[in-house]
Amino acid sequence: MPGQEIPAESRVNYLNASYGVKSWLLTTDHKRIALLYLGSITLMFFVGGFFAVMMRLHLIEPQGALVAPETYNKLFTMHGVIMVFFFLVPSIPATLGNFLVPMMIGARDLAFPRLNLLSWYIYIIGAAFTLYAVISGGVDTGWTFYTPYSSTFSHTSVIPTALGVFITGFSSILTGLNFVVTIHKMRAPGLTWFRLPLFIWAMYATSIIFILGTPVIAITLFLLGLERLLHIGIFDPAIGGDPILFQHMFWFYSHPAVYIMILPGMGVMSELITCFSRKRIFGYTFVAFSSLAIAIISFLVWGHHMFVTGQSIYAGLIFSVLSFLVAIPSAVKVFNWTATLYKGSISYDAPMLYALGFIGLFTMGGLTGLFLASLATDVHLSGTYFIVAHFHYIMVGGAVMAYLGGIHFWWPKITGRMYPDGWARFAALVIFVGFNLTFFPQFVLGYLGMPRRYAVYPGEFQVLNVMSSAGASILGIGYLIPLIYLLWSIRYGPIAGPNPWGAKGLEWETPSPPPTENFEEIPVVTQDAYDYANVGGSRV
Amino acid sequence: MSEMAMHGAHPPGFKHQFEDMEQQREAGSLGMWVFLVTEIMFFGGLFATYIIYRTLYLTAFEEGSRLLNVKFGAANTAVLIGSSLTMALAIHAAQAGKKKSEQVMYLVLTMILGALFLFLKFNYEWRADYHEHLIPGFGFIIRPEWGAAGTHVPLYFCFYFFMTGLHAMHMIIGFGILGTLTVMAQRNRFNSEYYAPLEVSGLYWHFVDIVWIFLFPLLYLIGGRFALPGVH
Repeated sequence: MPGQEIPAESRVNYLNASYGVKSWLLTTDHKRIALLYLGSITLMFFVGGFFAVMMRLHLIEPQGALVAPETYNKLFTMHGVIMVFFFLVPSIPATLGNFLVPMMIGARDLAFPRLNLLSWYIYIIGAAFTLYAVISGGVDTGWTFYTPYSSTFSHTSVIPTALGVFITGFSSILTGLNFVVTIHKMRAPGLTWFRLPLFIWAMYATSIIFILGTPVIAITLFLLGLERLLHIGIFDPAIGGDPILFQHMFWFYSHPAVYIMILPGMGVMSELITCFSRKRIFGYTFVAFSSLAIAIISFLVWGHHMFVTGQSIYAGLIFSVLSFLVAIPSAVKVFNWTATLYKGSISYDAPMLYALGFIGLFTMGGLTGLFLASLATDVHLSGTYFIVAHFHYIMVGGAVMAYLGGIHFWWPKITGRMYPDGWARFAALVIFVGFNLTFFPQFVLGYLGMPRRYAVYPGEFQVLNVMSSAGASILGIGYLIPLIYLLWSIRYGPIAGPNPWGAKGLEWETPSPPPTENFEEIPVVTQDAYDYANVGGSRV
Repeated sequence: MSEMAMHGAHPPGFKHQFEDMEQQREAGSLGMWVFLVTEIMFFGGLFATYIIYRTLYLTAFEEGSRLLNVKFGAANTAVLIGSSLTMALAIHAAQAGKKKSEQVMYLVLTMILGALFLFLKFNYEWRADYHEHLIPGFGFIIRPEWGAAGTHVPLYFCFYFFMTGLHAMHMIIGFGILGTLTVMAQRNRFNSEYYAPLEVSGLYWHFVDIVWIFLFPLLYLIGGRFALPGVH
């Protein structure tokens, strides 16, 4: 970037303030902890991705091309467990959230920096248990750990995996607690609630789910472990237990957890869309409150995972209606982002390509969710590839696209360097194409009746399966490209400067990379968020 | 760290990320309240499961409840409420600027009462349960006098041991906290200006007591032993 006078190296920042392994492993700086998370989460993403690649390779042939059916069961279980609990749930909150929450609200750090470091260690211990489970033979219960299979019949490493998820849950709880307190108590002077960036509102809503939901999955997995160890009959129907109760308790957390995964992405979206269309967000308060509405309604819809378990038809009706309700705040966001684009001065930088991809893919994922919220269609589609395609459109097409968009947007702030723009746009395109080729055929497969989690399938489904596997290969390459050029940019990328995108927000008012204390002086805020009106159409 | 120096002189215990002592105190207090909300959800899951199975297998749960020793349960309730009082007195001693010996005395008293609770629970109640074969997974014997309800009595004892065990674990964590506070009080760290760690830990200790206040009737008093004549 031109016009840069002081090279980043000559200035003390959070990266060069101290050196050595100890200075990282014992750091209480939220920015360094964000990078610790970034590294560990990226590792887990590629471990989980490896299992996905194995699955897609296996499904090239109707009889299965690669592994035994028992191994296939372990592949999809480990893929699900690792991607959900060790990548998607912590992804944006623990990396971008950790880095940005104090910076966006003009604070020197989170309220409890040591607790923040502790939460990373807890995550690592949980991840270690789960990786141990992989090495010790894997798990075959599916990421949902349904009883009584998981509690009584499975002969695989259920307890280490459940323990890993249990432990990691506390890392989420502590992160959520830290964010709530920080956002409540540490905003800079003048930064009222309705001047906050929408990313902060999204983090706040996510934290509420962390706080209210995660303890319940913890106690559920605790009960599952005890049941498996002692066979006492909490979930085993043979001795009076109720296996469906496990599903109720599991989804009481795990459905809100879906919004843990997507809400932070929505927060990132609001930042990207406003910056690259040079406009204020359309309907700030609606977008802000829709985050809270999603967090609250998310706790009331868990029963839509259980329409075919024999739960009361009246419960089913109510859960169906409530599930339709949650579509409203989600749609509010999509409409408001689209309205923000209207007459904006749009530029197609790499983060914006991810953001535009998000709008389309999230809309697809959201609308197909309504098929599953309707009782009648759900009976047909439940347990098929339609479900798999639906939640991958939300989780990968939504959450991962937003995550990558956010990483590309704040990378110059995090590292002080720019990445090669051409490669970044190319990778965004490859990911978009690869993603759709992987998962769109799965909608068709599911509609035609192919069940999920099967290692073999009838021959007539092969064409669609091969398409999906081909798409997965493209998607895999698409994920590797950013890994390479982002790592390259740390050393060789051009110096980015404090605000390469000409973006609004307190995080752009400090140097890149920021100093350890974030701000030389705590800023005083006098403007609303996204005050792009006086920037005009020109780029900096 | 160098950050401390940048902000000049601050009272002891001040953390660099805050603007002033007041902000730090508020953040600590809110943090503990939020933590207690997660605790309520944590125990809440267990209480909800308990209520579901108690509704399904009421007779079995009553049979199980009758085997508990109410005297110890009641004594422990009194002991815990007493420890809440001494905890509150410790905070008050710091708030009112009393001598450190008074703070330390109340903190140590709290720990003694907590230890007494655990001693009664483990050494008398749980040990007796073990000898009577009432611990599921450790030689539980279903008794003929329970009749048809017998198959589900172990489930009651499961909940009894989960819930009281989890509660005891919280008390043991509380011990660690109280120990740290005692050392801090001994070093004269608390005064009428700065007593936030005491206050925040007090919230935790009271919460653990309140959990017991719910556990005691749910586990010990459901067997109909204290029902009014003609009322079940």
